[in-house]
Amino acid sequence: MNTSVIAQVAYLVSAILFVSGIKQLSSPATARSGNARASVAMLLAIAVTLLDNEILDWATVAAAVVAGAVVGGVLARTIRMTAMPQLVAVFNGFGGGASAAVAAAEFVRLGASGPGPGTGVTIVLSTLIGGVTFSGSLIAFGKLQGIVTGKPVTFPLQKALNALLFLGVLLVGAWLALVGIGTGDHSWFAPIAVDIGHGFFVALVAGALVLGVLLVIPIGGADMPVVVSLLNSYSGLAAAATGFVLGNMMLIIAGSLVGAAGLILTQLMCKAMNRSLGNVAFGAFGTDGPALAAKTGERPVRDVDAEQAAMVLAYAGSVAVVPGYGLAVAQAQHELKKVCDLLEERGVRVRFGVHPVAGRMPGHMNVLLAEADVSYDKLLDLDDINAEFDTTDVVLVVGANDVVNPAARDPDSVIAGMPILDVDKARTVIVMKRSLSPGFAGIDNDLFYMENTLMFFGDARQQMSELVKEVREA
Amino acid sequence: MGELLIGLYVFVLATLAGREVISKVPPTLHTPLMSGANAISGIAIVGALVVTGAADTPWVKALGIAGIVMATVNVVGGFMVTDRMLRMFRKR
Repeated sequence: MNTSVIAQVAYLVSAILFVSGIKQLSSPATARSGNARASVAMLLAIAVTLLDNEILDWATVAAAVVAGAVVGGVLARTIRMTAMPQLVAVFNGFGGGASAAVAAAEFVRLGASGPGPGTGVTIVLSTLIGGVTFSGSLIAFGKLQGIVTGKPVTFPLQKALNALLFLGVLLVGAWLALVGIGTGDHSWFAPIAVDIGHGFFVALVAGALVLGVLLVIPIGGADMPVVVSLLNSYSGLAAAATGFVLGNMMLIIAGSLVGAAGLILTQLMCKAMNRSLGNVAFGAFGTDGPALAAKTGERPVRDVDAEQAAMVLAYAGSVAVVPGYGLAVAQAQHELKKVCDLLEERGVRVRFGVHPVAGRMPGHMNVLLAEADVSYDKLLDLDDINAEFDTTDVVLVVGANDVVNPAARDPDSVIAGMPILDVDKARTVIVMKRSLSPGFAGIDNDLFYMENTLMFFGDARQQMSELVKEVREA
Repeated sequence: MGELLIGLYVFVLATLAGREVISKVPPTLHTPLMSGANAISGIAIVGALVVTGAADTPWVKALGIAGIVMATVNVVGGFMVTDRMLRMFRKR
């Protein structure tokens, strides 16, 4: 495919807009215009592509674009913010699927007269990565949505089967890349090779789709955000590979930007969960709930009711709120916002300490709090809020557990080294939680039994509305 | 220099540039970053338009159109939902 000089220059402008758009995402004040800039870049790339290429059938192309835009637009407008990880998974799967479809179309178009192994390798890579991204993302969506079981699905010899399938797909791919595509150059068995080539290509697509499913089903539902993040990276790589197939720099640049973004986010998430990527991918974590039997309920705790909790909060000078996913599950963030507003009216300084993996994807809790109308300058990252706990009067922990467990500072603990919020350094800690049951890591939380900790048991939403009432009257 | 090699240069440099700008995005904005990046991966639409435009057999055309539809869902939905999230991030 030949791209004209004008189109190449326009692609370059588009690439600059993509990079600078992402750069604007580094501050909440400019992030929205950054996203707008990236979408302008995309529009420019699409417009230039349409003008620069001979489009034989405008009507069909237009219909396809409109259909996709309507589906995407409706999904984007109607989705609940708590369901964001599922939506990203679906969109991601479509991105990967599109790359695979383009590579497949090129394979069919080139047929036996392909230009040689270079393009062959990239077609195979693009199909393979795109196919894995497509089916893997759909399984991740199913797990997050509750259509597919959230528990890790394991069976005997699973890893061996996966390895064998991967090897098989690689061999088929290698054959296609080196022999099956571009058989025009390997004349003596060209006629047979064309048919075998088509058969092998179908096998490659099927293998990639099955591989995507098998790679994701053994991973537990709570680890899906890491998977989605990694698949996001793959969808970028698939697009870049498609760029190599078509010799299109726009695809290579945008694809590699996404590849880098997904990889960085995956690394950050693994670090915040104190797990390695290998452990997430092959650990089958959370098979039977908590991994270790925790001893709970043997030590005394101090529990409070809504009225007492309201008193402690209302007469504090500064309050830090630490929200966990339990808050979002209970849909209590709006009530929480009311409590915070009432406290601020009384002159209490309120801010939020958000752990990087609070919620169901990195930064998810911040979106949920922003939706509840919390000002973004009150959302503090792990390091910033940790510097403030020893001068904070009261910390209100809502539906979080492992991320506030001081055991992470004990080198012998299973969660040793996991980055936590040091809430125990505050003068008083109120923990709003259903029970003393352990969190995802399956270990007891010493925080609950500390002298300065008050346990406020109950359903987050119900207790939060009680708290609104009591703070108002305090 | 062959086209493949130029592509490789571009790929490596763009990855490094991406690493630089993305590592500066604060954790607060990681969800919009992920969905925004996700929308950008819909750049496959450019490839889909190229192959569909030149399609001369039904199979190529069908695959190309499937690519256009999927990529457009990804692009339009991705940018719109990212904007919807970022609109909520306000300072008071």
